Order: sequence, then C-alpha cells, then structure tokens
Amino acid sequence: MGNTSNTQGISSGRLDAGQYKQNFDDIHSPLDSHQASVEASRCYFCFDAPCMTACPTSIDIPLFIRQIATGDTTGSAETIFQQNIMGGMCARVCPTETLCEEACVRNECEEKPVKIGLLQRFATDSYMDKDRHPFQRKAETGKHVAVVGAGPAGLSCAHRLAAMGHEVTVYDAREKSGGLNEFGIASYKSTNNFAQAEVNFILSVGGIKIENNTALGSDIELDALRQDFDAVFLGMGMGGVNNLNLAGEDMDGVMNAIDYIADLRQASDFSSLPVGRRVVVIGGGMTAVDIAVQTKLLGAEDVTLVYRRGQDQMKASVYEQQLANIKGVKIVQWAMPAELISEDNVVRAIRFDYATTDDQGKLVATGEQFELAADMVFKAIGQKFINSVFGDSESPDLNNNRMVVGDDRKTSLSNVWAGGDCIDGGEDLTVAAVEDGKVAAMSIDQYLKTDS
Amino acid sequence: MADLRSDFLGIKSPNPFWLASAPPTDRETNVVRAYEAGWGGVVWKTLGEDPHVVNVNGPRYGAIHGADRQLIGFNNIELISDRSLQTNLQEIKKVKQEWPDRALVVSLMVPVREESWKAIVPLVEDTGADGIELNFGCPHGMSERGMGSAIGQDPEYIENIARWCKQSTRMPVIVKLTPNITDIRQPARAARAGGADAVSLINTINSIMGVDLDRMAPSPNTDGKGSHGGYCGPAVKPIALNMVAEIARNAETSDIPISAIGGISTWRDAVEFITMGAGNVQVCTAAMTYGFKIIEEMIDGLSNWMDEKGYSSTDQFKGAAVSNIVDWQYLNMNYVAKAVIDQDKCIKCGRCHIACEDTSHQAITNMKDGERYFEVKNEECVGCNLCACVCPVADCIEMVQMTEGTDPRTDKPIVAEYANWTTHPNNPGAVS
Repeated sequence: MGNTSNTQGISSGRLDAGQYKQNFDDIHSPLDSHQASVEASRCYFCFDAPCMTACPTSIDIPLFIRQIATGDTTGSAETIFQQNIMGGMCARVCPTETLCEEACVRNECEEKPVKIGLLQRFATDSYMDKDRHPFQRKAETGKHVAVVGAGPAGLSCAHRLAAMGHEVTVYDAREKSGGLNEFGIASYKSTNNFAQAEVNFILSVGGIKIENNTALGSDIELDALRQDFDAVFLGMGMGGVNNLNLAGEDMDGVMNAIDYIADLRQASDFSSLPVGRRVVVIGGGMTAVDIAVQTKLLGAEDVTLVYRRGQDQMKASVYEQQLANIKGVKIVQWAMPAELISEDNVVRAIRFDYATTDDQGKLVATGEQFELAADMVFKAIGQKFINSVFGDSESPDLNNNRMVVGDDRKTSLSNVWAGGDCIDGGEDLTVAAVEDGKVAAMSIDQYLKTDS
Repeated sequence: MADLRSDFLGIKSPNPFWLASAPPTDRETNVVRAYEAGWGGVVWKTLGEDPHVVNVNGPRYGAIHGADRQLIGFNNIELISDRSLQTNLQEIKKVKQEWPDRALVVSLMVPVREESWKAIVPLVEDTGADGIELNFGCPHGMSERGMGSAIGQDPEYIENIARWCKQSTRMPVIVKLTPNITDIRQPARAARAGGADAVSLINTINSIMGVDLDRMAPSPNTDGKGSHGGYCGPAVKPIALNMVAEIARNAETSDIPISAIGGISTWRDAVEFITMGAGNVQVCTAAMTYGFKIIEEMIDGLSNWMDEKGYSSTDQFKGAAVSNIVDWQYLNMNYVAKAVIDQDKCIKCGRCHIACEDTSHQAITNMKDGERYFEVKNEECVGCNLCACVCPVADCIEMVQMTEGTDPRTDKPIVAEYANWTTHPNNPGAVS
C-alpha cells in the first residue's frame, strides 16, 4: 500500500510484513534447557521463601525451581499447577518485577533476581506441550455450579470445582473464552494463540461446559442462576470504561484502549489494523503501556503516554515504563486532559493542563497548558463495573461500585461468590484473579458439602 | 502412580529415603520435624555409653563451596550423641510409638567389649526401634578412642561385634562401613561373616578442608588448632557409588543388602544408588544444607521418573546397572568414539581446544577462515571425553560412536565384534 510511519492521519499497513512479525514476536524468548538449568541453580531454596509469599497464588517457587534443577520438569509443572492452573499465562503476563522477582533475595547481593517467570514458563510449557493434565477429577458429586465469565477468575474457579467432582457451566458474553487473556494483554506477551491452548488445557480436566455469547443481565439473570444451580460464581470482570468527561468524547479517533487491544488480539493480520501517525494515550496503568507500545509497534510515528501524576503513582511498573521508553513511547507526567480539539468531528489534537498537587494532595491545574497533535486518543484510565448486569435480580452488596466479598470470596448473597476485577479491592492482575477463583472454589466446595 | 513403599530387612517405610545417623537425627524435635516433612525413616544419631561425650564449643563444620557458594563438600568433627543414653532411649520409644509407620533405626557405638555391646543392644530393643546400625565409620574423634572407623578398618572386630549384636537381639543389624580403607569388600565380608543383616555405606572420609593462611591453621579451627574431620556432601558421591558397586558386583558380597549413603542430594542420586544395588538410601548433607523440605522434591522426582519409565516399585530397577560395572580388562577395545561439537550450541570459549591442545591429543581446532572455530580432528581424537568434561554448555559436545568405515586416527577398520584386553596382542598375558 506504500504507507509508512509518516503517512498522515489514520492508516493501516505502515510496516512491512517482516517488521510486524518481529515487533509482535515473543517479548522474552523462552529459556532452553541449558539456560533453565543454569538459572535454576541460582535459586537458594530459601526458607519460608519471600518469592512464595509475594506470589498471590502462593506457588511453591523454591520447590518448582529445585525440581527443574534436578531434571523433574513434570513435577515442577505440577507444583505450579497445584496452586495456579494458569501458571502458563501468569509466567508470561505477571509483573514479576513487582511480585516474586522483586522479593528474590538475590536482589540483596547482586541486584539480579532468579528469573522466576521464565523458569515457570519453561516448566509449564514443557508440560503443556505434551497432552496431559495435572489433576485427576474426583468422583462426580452431583452438584452443579454456574460460573459467569470465562476469564482467569472464572476458569480458575471452574477448574478447581470440576477437579473436586462438581459439574460446572461457564457463561461468557464473548464468542471466545479466556477473558482478558484472550482479549486484553499485549500480543507480544501471549503469542501463538496461547490463551486458547490454555483454555483447552484447563477444560481437559472434564466436567466443565462453556456457553459463549451468553451475557449476564441480557441472556441470563442472576436470580435464575441462583435457583437453577447449587452455587454461583461471578467473575465477569468490568463491563465499562471510565470516561475523560471532556466535551466531544464520542468524536472519531477517541477510543477505549481495551477495545482496540481486543481487536489487535483477534487480528489475524496486523497490517490490517489502522493506526494513527500521532497517538496519545491517557492513563498510567498496564493497559496504557500496552496500547502505547503496541500502537508504536504497529508503526505509529509518534506515541505519547500522558499521566496526570508522577512516576511513583503510575500503576505500570518501572519495568513496564522502561519497556515503553525502549520501544520509543514518550511518557509525559503531571498533565491532565483539558480539551479535545477536532475538525469535522475528527480528533486533531488534545490540550492538557500541567498538574500539581495542592497542600491537601489534591490534583490541581498549574494554569500552564500544552497541546499534542493526535490522530488517535486512547482512554486507558481504568474500567468500571456495570451493575446493571443484575437487572431485576437481587444484587450483592457493592462498595466503590464493585462487589464486596469476604476472604472466602463470598458475596452478601447466600449462594453467590465473586472474584477477579469485579470485586472491591480487586488487584487488576491475572494472577490475583486466578487466586480469587481458586479460593472461591474451595469455599464453594465446603458449602456444597454441608449444604444438603 | 508408582508405589514408593520400601521394605529393607523387613523394616517398612513409606518411601526409601531415610535420614542418616548424624546431627539431623540427634533428638526428638528434629526427628519429628523430619517425619512431618515426609521422610520415610531415620537412623537416630549414634548412642554411646554414659557418661556421654562432649563436643567442642567452636566450629564443628567446614565446607567447600563452588563459585556461586553452592555447597559441594562438607565436613564435621561432631562426635556421637552428647546427651545421656536414657534421654535418647526415652525419646526413641516415644517417637516410635507416635510414628509407627516410619522406620526408626538406632545407631550405636560402644567400646570393643562384648559386655558393652550386649548391654546396650537390649536397651534399644526395648524402645521398639526397628533395627540397629553399628557405627564403624566415624573417622574423627571417636576413632582416637578405638571406636568408629578404628573398628571399621579391622575386619576381625567387625565380625565379632556383629556377632555379639546378633546374639543379643532379634532386630535387624546393619553395619555402617568406613570408606577410609583400601578394599571395601573386606569389611563387608566380615560383617556378613558375623551375621549382620546389611551394610550401610559410606560413612565420612578423613579430610582437612583448608588452611587459614593468616593463622597458619586448618580451617575451620578451634582456638587456632584443627582436627581432621569426616568429609561428605555431593563431592563424595562418586566414591560412595564405587564402594556400593564393589560390594554389589562381587560374588561373595553381592547378596548383602545395602543402605546407600554418600552425597545423595536429589531423587536422581537416589535412583543411581538403587540401580547400583542399594535397597534404600540415607541422606544427611543435603538436609543440612537446605532443610527437610527437600524430601518433597525427592519423593516427587522418584515417583515421576518411575511413572515415566514404567516402574511400579523400586525393586524393579534395583541393581539394574550392576552388571554393567566391569573390570577395565573387559571393556570393548573395538569400540571407537569421537567427540562431536554442536556448532549451534558452541559459545566459542575455547576451553575444549586448550584442554585438548595442552593436556591431551591436539585434536580440536581453534580457527577457521580467520574466525574462532572449534572442531574435532577425527584423525587425532582418541575419544577421551576431556573436551566434553570441560565444556561449560550442557550437551554441546557429545561422544559419538563410529559404527562403520575406518578410524582415521588408527587407519583400522571399525568392527562390530567385541574384543577386550584379555585377548589383545599387546597384552603379554593374553589368552588366545
């Protein structure tokens, strides 16, 4: 088509095929067995290991690494899956630099932690490459649980329940299962259709049926699920996106980052994706970095990520911020969007107020402004839970407009549990969602045992 | 799913992993922690006569570390139990009652007097322990008092004491051997002659770990003086494997059950000893390095390996490698191997080249078209394996058998027939 990074406006095919392939290849190449063996030998097998404490799913990291070191890769993967059935995806997407690897004691003496994420990937990939499953499903209990949402929380919950012998029906609004593993997450973190491979791996435990294209609030109702099933788990994530609250937000070129990322994840050909020459991303979390880096990788000439506060408050880790820098994204801090500037209802630029905090720590405009030319403006300032999904059904208690759950992930409703991004205090992490699903499943199992 | 249950001399344990008689099995607290962690059995730290011995109040242990502080070799000068006999016996009885499914064997060391042995053995039997292990191995401290390895170095003592013990108990008697000896088969034979039910080996090897060059004293030391201690840990495994194999493959001793000890740190080490004829294994240094939790890796690794290989019990591969240990003279002289360097894996460090060039057969290049390039010259390669040993990359250099053609080094044709030194023309004593 002859388009390049300099082509004006929004355009697809800015790069040649080889560049797309290179740009969206695995961001960290997997370890080979020699590398895994060398890296595994660095683990000290710490007592009460800090890495294990830092892992939301409490994977026995020293044990799985020792199992790699001793050549028991199968046992290593089983150690991981025992705690986290999505150990494969978590090895790819966990911000290990703020979790297990940040806690590694090797940081103290060498500032170089054991590469726990890559070792976890080595073990889980080796295991999943062969057609096998780490759980033997227990005898059927005759109990039937409904799970809403086939993302990390829902699938984790469904898997653990099925392994314990319960029958599970999972409802998901999308045409494909996997939730944000399939529709979110940067492409270079989950290559070769890994999300679907993992869904199939999880389903191979048996006893789980998935109903796609079935949304809570429109196709199914919570009250009915509570009637028809012995228990319900809600893990449908967040249906809505926070707005900038600026005039003209519906103009062409202003988009939700998560929608674009979903399109990107489903694209069979990256060259078909239209991307602006000049892109502005508003937000400071992982989604902001993911969209900024990926639009850059799609060939945008100029990508600027603008965050209203300072680096310390950015939810994206320092590592993610550096990744954005390396890929050529410019990060601007202490600036808040003030006005969208359009021409014929198409965005052309966005004006920002420089920001600072007042004595009370409240964000205020300094009075100084700047303007960034933009063919595309992405909103990545967080998602919100849409409570209309409960319709006429009895709603669980909400706080901060998200469901309130106890330590056992049970909601205020008698037979309803919840987990993942849709619960109050949810951490916006795949691994935290997996833990929610697992913990809820254990609690549901206890409930089902004593229920009848 | 593999069945790991173990029966050694009728002593049953849920897995073949026992903790060796050593500091980790000194008292109830430690042993109970070990059982809770999953260990199949323990050999209780050696009991002696009262008044009990005392230990130094300085360093008891020394270590050799690898480049990354990995503990490779370990030594100790700790003596036998420094608690009273009664205290130990009471704890043993209690622990055995509370943990009936785990093996509990008691290690013993008393002077070479019939009455001493015949006095202590029934006391142990009263505790309900599963068996006794006679400590004829410790090379430090106690040996100066005529016990430990001082006994293990004298087959006559071994035989007599084994006999006294067998006469005093219905419990199985295991004789623990010292490696500080030239021919391990002799004490094994003596143990058998005395009626012992099994041998366990190896105990530790006499050693001095290093010298403190500022104090001109051994390291570690007590107030500037040091004593030789017993060496153990991963570094001694090859010595232990050989000694176990010597007993297992010798017709006179091959039927003696063996409890293998010596540098066992992983499930794989354990499997290797079992294939070499061991009925079970004992572990110490690995536990002292990493804690009891390593048992999880050992059990899981053994089980997964057995599943993968299709073994349902450890008996199915016990001794499987013994027949492949032969005297040198029976090695196949017609077998020809050449080193092959995988150029994709080679990182071009040049260690293979310089090792071969300086100390072996000048059989590896260092250059090709002006670039660093390391390749084996088959016309020089004797197949010695030195390059593969020094290569830092796993599986980069392989020894590949030549199966046809002519060996370019000797110009002799490769033949499939087996022929050994006993018939070799260069052997003055060759039989035709």
